[in-house]
Amino acid sequence: MSRLRTAALVGNPNAGKSALFNALTGARQKIANYPGVTVERKAGRMFLPSGEPVELIDLPGSYSLDPASPDEEVTRQVVQGDFPGEPVPDVLIVVVDAANLEQHLVFAQELIALGRPTVVALNMVDMAERDGLVLDADALSAALGVPVISTVAVRKRGIDALVEAMGDAENQDPSTRHEVAGQTLPERRLAARNMAKGAILTEDSKHRLHAKLDKVLLHPWLGPPILFALLFVIFQAVFAWATPFADALDGGITALIGVVEGAMPDGVVRDFLTEGVLTGVGSVVVFLPQIIILFAFILAMEQSGYMARAAFIMDRLMAYVGLSGRSFIPLLSSFACAIPGIMATRSIADPKDRLTTILVAPLMTCSARLPVYAVIIAAFIPATTVGPGIGLQGLVLFGLYVAGIVGAMAAALVLRRTVAKGGASGFIMEMPRYQMPPLRDMAIGLWQRAWVFLRRAGTIIFIATIALWVLLSFPKAEPGESQVDASIAGHVADGMHVILSPIGFNREISLAIIPAMAAREVAVSALATTYAVEGADEEEEAEGLIPRLQAGWTLPTALAFLAWFVFAPQCISTIAVAKRETNGWKWPVFMLVYLFGAAYVFAGLTYWSAVALGL
Amino acid sequence: MENDLTLDLLAPLERAEITHVDWSVLAPDEGKRLRAMGIDEGARVAIAHRGIFIGRDPIAIMVGRMNVAIRRVHARAMQVKRV
Repeated sequence: MSRLRTAALVGNPNAGKSALFNALTGARQKIANYPGVTVERKAGRMFLPSGEPVELIDLPGSYSLDPASPDEEVTRQVVQGDFPGEPVPDVLIVVVDAANLEQHLVFAQELIALGRPTVVALNMVDMAERDGLVLDADALSAALGVPVISTVAVRKRGIDALVEAMGDAENQDPSTRHEVAGQTLPERRLAARNMAKGAILTEDSKHRLHAKLDKVLLHPWLGPPILFALLFVIFQAVFAWATPFADALDGGITALIGVVEGAMPDGVVRDFLTEGVLTGVGSVVVFLPQIIILFAFILAMEQSGYMARAAFIMDRLMAYVGLSGRSFIPLLSSFACAIPGIMATRSIADPKDRLTTILVAPLMTCSARLPVYAVIIAAFIPATTVGPGIGLQGLVLFGLYVAGIVGAMAAALVLRRTVAKGGASGFIMEMPRYQMPPLRDMAIGLWQRAWVFLRRAGTIIFIATIALWVLLSFPKAEPGESQVDASIAGHVADGMHVILSPIGFNREISLAIIPAMAAREVAVSALATTYAVEGADEEEEAEGLIPRLQAGWTLPTALAFLAWFVFAPQCISTIAVAKRETNGWKWPVFMLVYLFGAAYVFAGLTYWSAVALGL
Repeated sequence: MENDLTLDLLAPLERAEITHVDWSVLAPDEGKRLRAMGIDEGARVAIAHRGIFIGRDPIAIMVGRMNVAIRRVHARAMQVKRV
C-alpha cells in the first residue's frame, strides 16, 4: 500500500483542534493560504511511532459538510478530495469536545461515514471532568466503529496513544463500522444524543464554572465595565510594562552603533551602517516588547474564551453602526495589526458586513502606530499622573485608541448607508467554555506573531530605511548647505510640504511620511534618519530623537501628527491584503482615498484648534 | 396563547422546546448554521443570558451543553412551548 503521507485534523469549532495541532507538531508549523481562496492553511510535520513523517493539516472548524461559509467549504473539499492540488488526507483525526459530545458527534458521524481511515480524539476530557462528566472512550469507540482516544491536548495527555492509533489507522476496515451514521441531519442528531448518553459514565451538572463566570462577565452592569477596564489595562500595560525591555533593546542598539563606529574608518559605508541600517531598523525593533504584550493579551482573550463574551457584549453597539459582534474580533485583532484583522473578517458571513469591517479595520490603532505614538507622546506629553495609577501619557495613548474606534464606528455608519448598503446582518456565535489559556499555545502563537513582525522589520522596513537614507544622503550638500535641503528626498518633500504645511506639518514630517507608506513605524526611523543625517557633527548625531523633536516641533504640530496617524492608511501590506480579500483594486483604492482624506481633515482640525487654544 | 410564545419571551433558564421556526426570517446560511448547531424544530432550549445594552439584545441560548448567541429578531422567529 502507499505510504501514509498526510493527515488532517477536522472537527467543530472550539473542539480544541489548534491545541491538539500544537501538541502534535510542536513549533514545526507553516501558515499559508489555500490557493484562490482567503482561508488559512495550517500545516505541520509530525512523526508516527515507526518514525515515518506525516504532514498534518489543521482544517478550519466546521459544523457540517454542508458548508455555510468559505472556511467550511474548504474543509468539505479537502476531506472529500475535491480541493485542487490538495491530496485527500490519508488519515482523518476527528476532534470532538468531550464536554459537548451531543453536538460534536453530529459532524463526527458525517466524517466517519466518508469511509476514510479515521481516529477520533475525545479531547478536553479534563474540562468535561471539571464539569462533572466522566466518559467511557471504549463505549464510544464501539458505537462509532473507529478508535477513540481520550486526549487533553493542552497537557499533552493521550498524544502518544493518538499518534499510535494514527499509525494503525490505515489498516482499518471501514466495513466494520456499524451503521451508526444517520443519513439525515435529524437522524444524525438522534444518533449523536444516544451515543453521547451511552458514553457517559457519571454526570453531575452542579459544577459549571462557565455559567458562574458568565453570570459576572455577562452581567448587565458588571460586564461592560469589566470589558472596558480590561481594555484600559491592556493599553496601560503596553505602554508601561514594555519600557524596561524597550530601553534595554535601545541600549543594545546604541552600544552596537558605538562598536561599529569604533571599528570602522570614516566613510559612506560606516554612515550607511550606523545612520541607515542600525538607526532605522533599530528604532522599530525596540517596539517589539510592546507588540508582544499586546498580542499576549489578545491571544489570552481568544484562548480563554473571553473574546466571544466580548463579542456578545459588543454586538448591540456594533449593530448601531450596521455591524455585528462578529466584527468585534477582527477589529480587536486590528489593534495588533490590520492584516490578521482583515483576514479574520473571513468568519463574517454577510458580504456587506465583511466589506465594511475590512474598510474600517485600518482605523483601529495597530501596533505599527505605537512606535509613532510612543515617540511623540514621550517627547511632548509630560510624564505626570492625573490620578492614582493613571499616567497622563497612558491616558493620551488611550485617547488615541478611542479616537481610532470612534473614527471606525463613524466610518462604518456612513459606509453601511452608502457604498456597503444592505439589510441588517445577523449574529450567530457559539460561546465556548472558559479555560486557562495554555502557556504552550500562547507561546507558539506569540512566537509566530513576533516572527512576522521581525521579518517585516527585517525586509520592508529595512529596504525603506535604506532607500530613504540614500535619498537623503545624495547628492552631497555643498559646504554651508544643509544636507537634507540638498538631497533628492528634500526636493520631493518640498513639493509635499506645499500641501501639508496648512495642517502644521514641517519639512521633516513631509519627508518622513513618504517612506512611511511602506509601514507606519517607518515614520519613526525616517525621522531618526533625517535628524541623524542633518546633524553636522558627532555630538549632534549622538543626541536622541526625542530632544530633537522637542526642539524642532511645536505642540500643535505634534498633535496634528498624532491625528494624522489615527487615520492615514500608511501601510502597503494592508492595502495588499485588502486587495486580496476583496478580489480587486476598487476597494483598496477607495480605502486609500477616504482614509487620506480623513487624515488630512482631522490633522488640520487638530492643528488649527491647538493653535487657536494657544497650545 | 401558547402558540404565540416565542423564544425571546422566555424567562432566563426557563426550559422550552422549539415547535416551529420561520426560516424566512433568517438568511439561508444563517438557517443552515443554526440547524447545524442543533437549533431546530424539536430542540430543547433555554435562555442563558440576555444582552446588556438597550433591547437586551443579543440572547445567549442554551442548547445541549452549548451556549449560542443569536439576535432577538431570530429568537422571535422561533415558536416554543414550555416543557
